[in-house]
Parts: sequence; structure tokens; C-alpha cells
Amino acid sequence: MATQHIISIGDFDRKEIDRLLDHAAQIDNKQYDKTALCGKILAVLFFEPSTRTRMSFESAMARLGGTSLSVGSVDACSMAKGETLADTIRVVSGYADAIVIRHPKEGAARLAAEFATVPVINAGDGAGQHPSQTLLDLYTIRQTMPIDGIEIALVGDLRYGRTAHSLASALSLYDARLHTVSPKGLELPATLVSGLREKGMEIIEHDSVGEVIDIVDVLYVTRIQRERFPDSASYFNVASSYRITPELLTGAKKHLIILHPLPRVDEIDPRVDTSPHARYFEQSKNGVPVRMAMLMQVLP
Amino acid sequence: MTTEETTENEGLLVRRIKNGTVIDHIDGGEALNVVKILGITGTTQEALSIATNVPSRNMGRKDIVKLANRELSKEEVDRIALISPRATINIIRNFKVCEKKGVEIPDLIEGLVRCPNPGCISNTNEPIRSRFRVLPKGLHCCYCDWVITRDITGHII
Repeated sequence: MATQHIISIGDFDRKEIDRLLDHAAQIDNKQYDKTALCGKILAVLFFEPSTRTRMSFESAMARLGGTSLSVGSVDACSMAKGETLADTIRVVSGYADAIVIRHPKEGAARLAAEFATVPVINAGDGAGQHPSQTLLDLYTIRQTMPIDGIEIALVGDLRYGRTAHSLASALSLYDARLHTVSPKGLELPATLVSGLREKGMEIIEHDSVGEVIDIVDVLYVTRIQRERFPDSASYFNVASSYRITPELLTGAKKHLIILHPLPRVDEIDPRVDTSPHARYFEQSKNGVPVRMAMLMQVLP
Repeated sequence: MTTEETTENEGLLVRRIKNGTVIDHIDGGEALNVVKILGITGTTQEALSIATNVPSRNMGRKDIVKLANRELSKEEVDRIALISPRATINIIRNFKVCEKKGVEIPDLIEGLVRCPNPGCISNTNEPIRSRFRVLPKGLHCCYCDWVITRDITGHII
């Protein structure tokens, strides 16, 4: 049997996504074998900072009876000496039963899958793909409402935000209508938009969150990165106009849920945290059952 | 015969070759890009003749490349289709056209085009060749999903 990797959400069809989310729901209900991955080792290769993704993969592995290995920081591994990623992957394949990788370069996980002799899971590659985040985003939506038929707004940096790219691609497999709200220059990449439209997805661009707040069922907020702006003043000017506040939510649908891949900086007012709309911490927690289901899929 | 283009006063524009490949019906002005695609540079050994902007009844103007003592492989031939899909290939042996074929756009091209995405892993020192899937809308990078929709020749390595 060919080694199974999880590199891009585009590698899944809808049936495969639904099956994985069903499995995650079972795990969430404590219906799983706590020794399923006993004796298995997961190599955690993170070449970029991470809190949630890394810890939830390690937690998922531990809950299934497996163990995780990591090199610590990038400075502590041989890539700091100039070793190629290809060589690192070949070596680590000999130490572990699966590899989860985060890397600043787009396509790094695809390259890793070419050189690995064990399954590879992409935990984010540059501005590219982040399939495990997308699966847990879909899982969180599905906890509240069916994905089919939703109106969802993606808000923030949609150009460089890999979570937004992956989620938009996955939603094209469902009957979802996509609204986008982003600062000028940080819109969804044109090639992605045209590809999604070719698949029949309706995408509507808006200038402000206020325009969509009474329409949408899901508000997916992403961080606007300060380094994308020439100076602090223009950043604060833009960022403040995309900030989600309790006042903004007064016109929202009752069942609206707010998601955010986290970390957040200023884009969601902390006063929103106690609102019934806020689901981002639950979303983050869902990373464990979803990643447990992913690990069980690649490590049968 | 189309591969033996002449001008009114000068006779044969480029000399016949005894053995090798004649690439005819190249879109006018693309001959140098064809040569680039084939990896022929000033330091390689091929005897090469190029005619550009030759009048053509069907194409208006066309380019021709004659390559002595080298028969192109199918993979090389199909790369030409990316920039000149009407090109025809004539394999010459002992001054005779032994094979005549068109070019076919390949499904996948490797090591030919550089990904324009500076963040793509294929633009690093990794031991891989760039790889693009050929789609109706352009060339799709198999690593980073970037799509080159225009100026393919500008991205040739």
C-alpha cells in the first residue's frame, strides 16, 4: 500500500473530509482506543513558531498512546548548518513512523513527502496550505450547523493567510457562499478566486464587516500582519476598521459563530470572548480530536 | 518544401543539413526561445542555423531552426509546444526527411520553467527540479500551486 500523506486540502474529496470529521466526532465522544498508536513515534519538525498546531499534534499522539520526537528550535537542528530539507526528511524517516512538518517555504511539505519513507502531514507551508487547520475549522462549523448552505465571511489578510486559502478551497466542495472582507492589497489571490469560481462557488467581495454582519452564519477572522504595512500608523488605521466588537455584532444572526485560527492580536475585541458567538477557543480545542483522526488515518 | 525557405534573390536562406533536426513553423520571433528551451547555448557543441521572420503562406511569418547531427527526443520536442504549438519537426538523415511530426503539449514539464513565487521550495537549494502541470489556464506549480498564466518564455530556466 502506498504511503499516505496529508499535504493539501485539495487532495481530499468531500466524502473523505466528511469521513474524517465523523471519526473526529467519535473521538470527541471518547469512543476511541487509547492504545491505537502505542509504540508509534511522530517526528514533529517545526521550522516556524507554533503553539496550537504543534501542541495539539503532540497531545493527539499522546492520547492515542504514541510518542513524539522533536528537534526543538530550528537553530538546534542540522538545517542551521546548511543541510537540505530533503536530507533532513530522509534521516528523520529512519527515526519515526510519521512526520508532521511546518516550514516557511511553500511546497515544503510536498517536497518532504517525495523524500520521506513514512507518512508526512503538512502543518503549514509558508502562505500555502494548512490542511489540519481547515479540517478543524470545518469540524467546528459542523458542530453548530450543516456546512451545506452556509454564508461565510473570510475577514482580514486573505492574501498571505494560508488558513483562509485552505478553508476557501475546502468550502468549494460544499454548497457554501463565500464573502470576503480584506484590506486593499491583501485580497484572496486572483488565481485562487478564479479557480473557486470555475468550480461554481459564489464569491462576493465587501469593503467592511458591517456590510456582511447580518448576512453571514460564520465569521472567519484572520490576523492582519503588521509587517505587511509600510508604517504603524497605516497598520492601525486598517486594523481598527476590521476589528470585531460587541457593538458590530448587534445586527448579527442569532446563530452566527465567530472563528479565528489564532493567535489573535487586535482583530477581535476581548469583550467578544464571552459572547455566545465566540467559538475560537473551542475551535482551537477541536484541534486535538481532528488531529487524532488524521494521525489514525496515516498510521493505520 | 517548407524547410528549404528561399528569398527571391539569395536562394536558400539557411544551408541544408545532412543529418539532424529541422524545426519548422515556429511562431515568428520565437526561434531563440526554442533554442533556449532545448538548452543550446554558446558553449554547447551543436551546429545551429536559425532563420527568423521568414515569409510563410500559412503563418504570415515564421522561424526555422536547423540543428545538425542531433535528433530531438519526444520530450524535447514537446517542450517546444509550450511556446510554439504549430511547430513541426523534421528528422533528417542523409539529406532526406525521414520523420515528420507535430508537437504535443505535455501534461507535465520538469526542470524547464522557474516558479515565479519567491517563496516556493523549488527556488531553494533543494535537490529537486521545478515541476509544472500543464493546464488550460497555464502552468500549475506542483509544489506551491502558483499558476503561470502568461509570459511562459520569460520563466524558462
